[in-house]
Amino acid sequence: MSEAIILPTRKHEEWRYSDVEALEALDTGAFEDWRDIEVPAGETYRECLVIEDTDGPSDSTELHRLRVKLGEGARCELFGVIASGRLGRIEVVTTLARGSHFELGGITVGGRDTTREFVTRVAHEEPEATSNQVIRSVHWGKGTGNFLGRIDCVRDAQKTDAAQSFKGLLLEKGASVNAVPQLEIFADDVKCAHGASVGQLDEMARYYMATRGLSPELSRRLLVQAFIGDALVGLADDAAEHERLLRVALDKLDRHL
Amino acid sequence: MLKIENLHAEIDGTEILKGLTLEIPNGEIHAIMGPNGAGKSTLAYVLGGRPGYEVTQGSVTFNGQDMLELEPHERASAGLFLGFQYPVEIPGVSNVQFLREALNAQRKARGEEPLTGGEFLKLAKEKAGLLKLDMDMLKRNVNVGFSGGEKKRAEMVQMGILDPTLAILDETDSGLDIDALRVVGEGINAIMRAPDKAVLLITHYQRLLDVVKPDKVSILSQGRIVRTGGADLAKRLEDEGYDAVMEAA
Repeated sequence: MSEAIILPTRKHEEWRYSDVEALEALDTGAFEDWRDIEVPAGETYRECLVIEDTDGPSDSTELHRLRVKLGEGARCELFGVIASGRLGRIEVVTTLARGSHFELGGITVGGRDTTREFVTRVAHEEPEATSNQVIRSVHWGKGTGNFLGRIDCVRDAQKTDAAQSFKGLLLEKGASVNAVPQLEIFADDVKCAHGASVGQLDEMARYYMATRGLSPELSRRLLVQAFIGDALVGLADDAAEHERLLRVALDKLDRHL
Repeated sequence: MLKIENLHAEIDGTEILKGLTLEIPNGEIHAIMGPNGAGKSTLAYVLGGRPGYEVTQGSVTFNGQDMLELEPHERASAGLFLGFQYPVEIPGVSNVQFLREALNAQRKARGEEPLTGGEFLKLAKEKAGLLKLDMDMLKRNVNVGFSGGEKKRAEMVQMGILDPTLAILDETDSGLDIDALRVVGEGINAIMRAPDKAVLLITHYQRLLDVVKPDKVSILSQGRIVRTGGADLAKRLEDEGYDAVMEAA
């Protein structure tokens, strides 16, 4: 007999801004499905994740749950665009060994009344590891983008350098973003930076662009492209993947779904 | 080229332009001078269609078209260029990308073929050279980290690339040192001095008019053109001041 899985509710901190009702549509297997990524000492791993709806609006829920374990001096770079689904969620739990680095560039984009979110836990368990997370969220309609980022820094993890940056761009009234940085630091010689902000398109910039001949749609596209570009800086050495991820996000904007 | 008749415009319910009438024929460089608060920048923004600047009366005709009916980007495609007193910074968007998109959007609106990347860079290089602006500056983000003078020169490079028929230049000379003033002034001459083009040049100083010789000079005061004359009017203003010249009028 299979054991029933108890689905989370909004009372769970990590699901606080999520669309937990959407989880009911998932196979229980999918919910429990954690994927393990182990990066051996000194090696580099890179992956790009995309959640999109290519054939019009979809009501599917898509959950990616990753457990990343980094060996000494290893490096893991994840880039993700969440552009679809009733609920799109990428969860990453990372454990860093000495001198390793974790990089996350994430984009959530979309409208309707759906939720797109990154939920991360980065555990600095040994000294001299570094991590950098950059999340950019662009929403309209009643779309919601979330970033729940927890950083744990144990007592031994001296010389940790961890950074977290979240920015939300709301194109219409009714859209929302939530940022929950959570830092638990037990070492005393560390750098842990975090920042979160939310804003709208710069209307003066749009007017300036209009006087040069750009339509409101084109100026919005250029400004959104500039805004989300921050999350893909680490992917600049791979033009094809950089272009693919950017295109997923901008297509979403063009179709205004 | 441009015909403004009895133009009234307000911002947040306050009337700034109070029946302004002005005509600029093809080939003319027309300088507008006037004391602070006269409505010079408001005139520029109203012609450029800035949101919040409401026309309550009057008409503006641009090459036979009712300009007030056009959206700001449509005015640009129709051949209007607005040079900003304070050019706007656009982080994350390079000059090259911005201007190529802008030029090709205008060309598309006019039913012309877009320029390829190579063709565009060649054009940009030529215009940057004209304004003595390093091509590397154009690879940087629009106006971000530019000095006051660099911003104004970059505005003129934009004008050179977009090649408008009518340029409205709002205090393009402010913030420029003497050498930069000459470069910018000569740039305006090179780009805009032509029989089928025209310039409305808003300025406070005679210095720019020594380089860009105006065909006509008008004084704007309290929302109206109160006097129009030749290039000598600007010289008189410089010597005697607004009060004296307007009193004599």
